[in-house]
Amino acid sequence: MSKRKKNKAKSSQSAPAKTAKADANEVKASEAESAEVESKDAEAAAAESEDAEAAEESEPVSAKADDADDADANDADDSDADADADADDSDADADAESDDSDADADADDADDADADDSDADDESESVAASAADDSDADADDSDSDADDDDADEPAAAAGGAGRSGSADLDAHEDGELYGLLAEFKTPGELIAAAEKIRDAGYTRWDCYSPFPVHGIDPAMGIKRTILPVIVLVVGISGLIGGLLLQWYTNAFDWPWIVSGKPFFSLPANIPITFETTILASVFASFFGMWGLNKLPQHWHPFFSKDRFRKASDDGFFVGIEAADGKFQRGKTQALLEELGATAVETCYVSTDPRRLSLPKPVVGFIIVSLAVALVPFALVAKARTSKSEQPRWHIFPDMDFQPKGTAQAKSDLFADGRVSRMPVAGTVARGHLKADDHFYRGIDGGQWATSFPAGFEVSMEAVEEGRKQYGIFCQPCHGAVGQGDGMVHRRASQLGRNVRGWVQPTNLHQGTIVRQPHGQLFNTITHGIRTMPGYASQIPEADRWSIVLYVRALQRSQNANINDVPNDARSQIRQ
Amino acid sequence: MSTVAADSSRDPGAAFREVTETVCAVHERPKPPKVWYFALAVSLGMLSLLVVSIYHLVTTGIGVFGNNNTIGWAWPIVNFVFWVGIGHAGTLISAILYLLRQGWRTSINRAAEAMTIFAVLCALIFPTIHVGRVWFIWFTIPVPNDLLMWPQFRSPLMWDFFALSTYGTTSALFWFMGMVPDLATFRDRATNRVSQVIYGLLALGWRGSARQWHRYERAYLILAALATPLVLSVHSVVSFDFATAQLPGWHTTIFPPYFVAGAIFSGFAMVLTLMVPARALFGLKDIIKDSHIEAMCKVTLATGTMVGTAYGIELFIAWYSGVMYEQYAFINRALGPFAWGYVIMVFCNLVVPQAFWFKKCRQNPWIIVGLCILVNVGMWFERFVIVVTTLARSMLPSSWHYFVPTFWDVSLFIGSFGLFLTLFLLFCRYLPIVAIAEVKGTLPEAHAGHHPSDHTGDNHDQADHGEANPNA
Repeated sequence: MSKRKKNKAKSSQSAPAKTAKADANEVKASEAESAEVESKDAEAAAAESEDAEAAEESEPVSAKADDADDADANDADDSDADADADADDSDADADAESDDSDADADADDADDADADDSDADDESESVAASAADDSDADADDSDSDADDDDADEPAAAAGGAGRSGSADLDAHEDGELYGLLAEFKTPGELIAAAEKIRDAGYTRWDCYSPFPVHGIDPAMGIKRTILPVIVLVVGISGLIGGLLLQWYTNAFDWPWIVSGKPFFSLPANIPITFETTILASVFASFFGMWGLNKLPQHWHPFFSKDRFRKASDDGFFVGIEAADGKFQRGKTQALLEELGATAVETCYVSTDPRRLSLPKPVVGFIIVSLAVALVPFALVAKARTSKSEQPRWHIFPDMDFQPKGTAQAKSDLFADGRVSRMPVAGTVARGHLKADDHFYRGIDGGQWATSFPAGFEVSMEAVEEGRKQYGIFCQPCHGAVGQGDGMVHRRASQLGRNVRGWVQPTNLHQGTIVRQPHGQLFNTITHGIRTMPGYASQIPEADRWSIVLYVRALQRSQNANINDVPNDARSQIRQ
Repeated sequence: MSTVAADSSRDPGAAFREVTETVCAVHERPKPPKVWYFALAVSLGMLSLLVVSIYHLVTTGIGVFGNNNTIGWAWPIVNFVFWVGIGHAGTLISAILYLLRQGWRTSINRAAEAMTIFAVLCALIFPTIHVGRVWFIWFTIPVPNDLLMWPQFRSPLMWDFFALSTYGTTSALFWFMGMVPDLATFRDRATNRVSQVIYGLLALGWRGSARQWHRYERAYLILAALATPLVLSVHSVVSFDFATAQLPGWHTTIFPPYFVAGAIFSGFAMVLTLMVPARALFGLKDIIKDSHIEAMCKVTLATGTMVGTAYGIELFIAWYSGVMYEQYAFINRALGPFAWGYVIMVFCNLVVPQAFWFKKCRQNPWIIVGLCILVNVGMWFERFVIVVTTLARSMLPSSWHYFVPTFWDVSLFIGSFGLFLTLFLLFCRYLPIVAIAEVKGTLPEAHAGHHPSDHTGDNHDQADHGEANPNA
């Protein structure tokens, strides 16, 4: 295995340079390449960047790269402060996409050419990278800081070059260095490379493959995910939640009586508990997995690389972030090439504000959906503040409209238009003959009856019943005592002239009323008199008689003399 | 394809690329085959029949069914159980065979899972519309309301609702999760802006990182482990609808396993019915191999024989119990007014699959599809026999009744096939029909120990997928 890998590494030493030129890709040449080639590469890199606009501007880019080269020595001094300020700036931003411009990266490229000559230059690379690093607000800062001390001058040079570049040309694509992306041919080589990179001490890196490569986890040193623990915890909550739900709803909040069975018994509640447990666990594993993977994340710097599309087809990649403490542009690239990468690409984070803002259609969609979301609220607000003659909408009519006969409604079914049928002519329903004139009409022998009918028993209970019925039907107008001063009358008097044609209800204690026979009183209740309506439809005959009885009792009470008072109570009254 | 495969000894990525190309070709070819358009037109017609039938049912009432006072459960419940059963094969293939490390499942699991979801959708239609006032179906969900009304959790119908909604949700999430890496492949290959945006959104920004794969595989394993007991529980719970009733012929303990076996049986038959034509139509024969089809035929044979055995055990227990009502229920099933249904059931479910003992029957696509359609007919009749014949002869002879379906009974059932087929055809065209990433993972080239220089041909025999490069 290792033998094979070595061979691979050897062959790839020369191969990339060829492909780089041939494909016009921004593949890095190996250390042996000259500065000239390198700057050409930088040119190619600029031309390669995805935006067509940027490609058009490739001329100024290359000019810039050259400028940066020249500026290296000259601007060293005054750019020192600049470099620091730059780092501070990006610190403050605490965001990878700070104002470091594309030109910065070009300057790096140009520097690469010099890197072969001196070790110190190599260090400067790392510092340039670490300046970008700082902006990531990383924990690995200390490492790169150490490098910083060693190589002040070159660092300043690199920084200065970057600075001056960005000042000149802001319109460039490219942006801040994100990391290196290396492609490998087979899963085997990927694993071998991963082991080496792991051993080299890198932490912010990853492998990318179109399918899960077996053995990559130990090779990369990936720790087991805590996902199963999350699922277990959430699953147990689902179990408890399911049980609680059933207990609360069926046994506590509304005890549900079914054939005398216990309100809460485990066997009958197992199926639902099982399902809630599974459902909670499924949600935990599904959403937990995406959450731990920090997805959805529709944007990633590597997506800007066309080559990276192979990661979902047949390509195997290693990506090392510039934010890694160990990351040193030249060294890292050399390591990847040595491990047999068929191609190593530099990846930048674009700082073009146009690329950082949301596309217009998306913004439009958000605005439109927000506006549409307000419509229901607007409609509710309108409905609450306005009146309508229209009946409400029946979205689900349920049983609101049924083909049935209702009271007072017209029916098309019968010729006479009535909903209900009249009794057949000449027939009387059982119990409805009403032949007893005395009981039903208050007439006895052609005259108003002066006595209570035979079917009505005069008793204390009947008086009580009469009082009840009087209270319900008569008292509102005639008053509790019968003086014609009921609540309705009092209200009418209060309103005064506003109630036109109001006649005071009769005082039941007038002589004419007192002298009326029982039957006539009964007839008045039945059919009404003057403005008083008849109560035949509301008060059955027996109850009408009991009202007559009660009215007689009232009249007696208002026209009583001492003889009417029981003997034992007379002394009390005399006082 | 052959040109790619020819130099695969030099280019190790060729085998993977070939899988991508083959599967994506279904989606990327400028026009699908004419048969696809024809099938879509037919299924859209059936789907519109479903829409019209549901509209008529909701606006009129459930009186449009042929159900009567005696047979209060008929086609709607039969169709419901039928569709739920169809779905079970998908989960069995995606979860249980995954746990059993059956590599051949990778070629068909995506399509089978899609079938599961579509079948569950079809199944959910029937209890919903059988409620009558469908706008009150929310009563099954325990939400606080001003009626102070809670669901009755000790009712098997409630268990059914929970089981089915959990099953549908789990299947959908499992399916989608499995599809994300393949949607990323679609995204990366998309050429027009609309596809890029849609597949890009659906792929959630998947980039195949090893750290993500690690959690992804773990989640996949957990979901498979959760789906396995779930799938067994779902049809068991469906069978409780019957088994907990005090009705001779329904009140039996054999129902849960018998229903589950029947569900897997009918599900596999449906997978075969759809996948055998689909793989020919879309040129997937190199991925869904003959050996996979054969394996599925064997599963169908095994489960069909289990179902047949259950029929026998039912009869035996009825005789052995000595209970006259129980005995009458089964005599009535086999010899009563619905004896024709019983004969169809036994013939299709027990006799027909026995043909799969013969290798020739397992290899001829026409025979496979024909037999599997018969199996599905038989499984529909199994539910019909259980539901209708049992109810038709209750304890009170004065209420005995016969059942005749109405036009709307039939149109709803045909319409549900329209929904199922429409969704499946759209799925074939617009989503990855085969789990691309999973198939790649089973190729011999996917293993670290595999050396491209070792391509002698012997290597290929170690795995079923070894024949991926026939020219190598």
